[in-house]
Amino acid sequence: MGKTMGAKVRRALARDWQLLLLAAVPVLYFVIFHYVPMYGVQIAFKDFKAADGIWKSAWCGFKHFKRFFASSQFGPLIKNTLGLSLLQILLGFPVPVLLAIMLNQVKNKRFRKFAQSIVYCPHFISIVVLTGMLYIFLSPRNGIINHVIQAFGGEPVFFLGDAKYFKLTFVISGIWQNAGWSAIIYIAALAGISPDLYEAAQVDGANKWQRIRHIDLPGILPTVVMMLILEMGKVMNLGFQKAYLMQNAQNLAASEIISTYIYKVGMIDAQYSYSAAINLFNNLINIILLVTVNQVAKKAANESLW
Amino acid sequence: MVGKKTRMHQSFATQSLADKLFDIVNYGLLGAIVICILYPLFFIIIASFSDPVAINNGQVTFWPVGFNTLGYQKIFENTKIWRSYSNTIFYTAVGTVINIILTMMLAYPLSRKEFFARKGLTLFVMFTMYFQGGMIPTYLWMNQLHLYNTPWVMVLLPAVNVFNLIIAINFIRNNIPEELYEAASIDGCSHFRFFTTMVLPLSKTIVVVLILYYGVAHWNEFMNGIIYLRDEGFYPLQLTLRNILLQNQASRP
Repeated sequence: MGKTMGAKVRRALARDWQLLLLAAVPVLYFVIFHYVPMYGVQIAFKDFKAADGIWKSAWCGFKHFKRFFASSQFGPLIKNTLGLSLLQILLGFPVPVLLAIMLNQVKNKRFRKFAQSIVYCPHFISIVVLTGMLYIFLSPRNGIINHVIQAFGGEPVFFLGDAKYFKLTFVISGIWQNAGWSAIIYIAALAGISPDLYEAAQVDGANKWQRIRHIDLPGILPTVVMMLILEMGKVMNLGFQKAYLMQNAQNLAASEIISTYIYKVGMIDAQYSYSAAINLFNNLINIILLVTVNQVAKKAANESLW
Repeated sequence: MVGKKTRMHQSFATQSLADKLFDIVNYGLLGAIVICILYPLFFIIIASFSDPVAINNGQVTFWPVGFNTLGYQKIFENTKIWRSYSNTIFYTAVGTVINIILTMMLAYPLSRKEFFARKGLTLFVMFTMYFQGGMIPTYLWMNQLHLYNTPWVMVLLPAVNVFNLIIAINFIRNNIPEELYEAASIDGCSHFRFFTTMVLPLSKTIVVVLILYYGVAHWNEFMNGIIYLRDEGFYPLQLTLRNILLQNQASRP
């Protein structure tokens, strides 16, 4: 038995050694830049001392986790992160789906191409530039949005300097930037629907609205469900960059989320172990969420699809 | 297929009232969306050529007011911007080359169905999408590797993006038939040779897409800069821009 296994491995190696060699350098990259840091996660259970390094620092069990759960930051951080994520899904998730369906209905090829390339554009703007633009457009004194509000007799609003408006500003600017790009996957799914279905529907006298409801929507449902699972699995993993860049002293009550807190505690206060513990906790919650949502969707989608 | 597509769309005049209404609303909404996206971009351009006082008074709407190029002159005088600009060009160029080489080198073996380590390696790579060491362990490890505060951390740390890797694997699998290698291998072609003379030339489309994705990511990189770089001389453009924006906010509340 052992002999035949050995022979099998040898034969596979003789056949595939070049493939293995090609993969070696990229795999080494994953080991060095991803798996070693994973091993370094153990500092979450240690009292890190710079002199001792990661491996020699003394173990301390769940001390840092307990401290985080007991801290006054814990509640607001979870609330901000979840609130922002869920608002983003609630408002942001349907927009690319709708946009794809709308674009799919455009007959004029030139307009369609033009509109499509325009809505992709903002995706390529960096988040630094985007936040800069937000400060310009939303400025309470001379921003164009507040000019419009004042023209209608309203009071100017300091969108970026008020915790009340932080979530909405974050989500809407995110839609502006990414809805077009996110629509690509739905546009591709719509293109995959058989034209025969439309023709049959048209023969039966279905109007456009009915065709969207009974052909387009069921046709892209699997893609939509898949994307929703992915989004739900990320709710606690909200990106660091944008929240950090939009943050200021006035909106901190709403804009401090787990990822920005991990950065501040770790990189600025140099509490390495504490920061790593928060990070690990967040990571685990994420995986649990992803697996749960996936499981639920499997069952629910099965029921609703058949 | 093409015939069917054109038959599917009736001309506007012969459509039912409901369909006409739908078209009008649809075109109208899309037009509004396009304007909402274009106008801010357009405004940034005209504002960059306008007199700051006119912008503050809300006089700039569709055309530059008090045309000048002072903003651009200031940029040209700012050595920090030039420095970080060239840094970003370096990070983008070198980083993208490394990205493409490593991604394609891994995508090809992982696209071969008969490769004995395919499943194991795919799992090994995919796992990093869901679980990461996190900011601090990675930071400490970069310190230990002496990559902290060097340009190399900016190009090596993001060397392979798993999402882009999956795109490349799918492309190779769908566009380069299995039989092609089988035929070539009968004639004595090795995997190395097949990879360099067949796979890479046939994958031009996906390489271009990957250059775009990776290139934009490097160009817009901000986070790795603030975590791993201390010297201003290494700062990428985004970090310098951020500092300028912060100064402006501080001086003009």
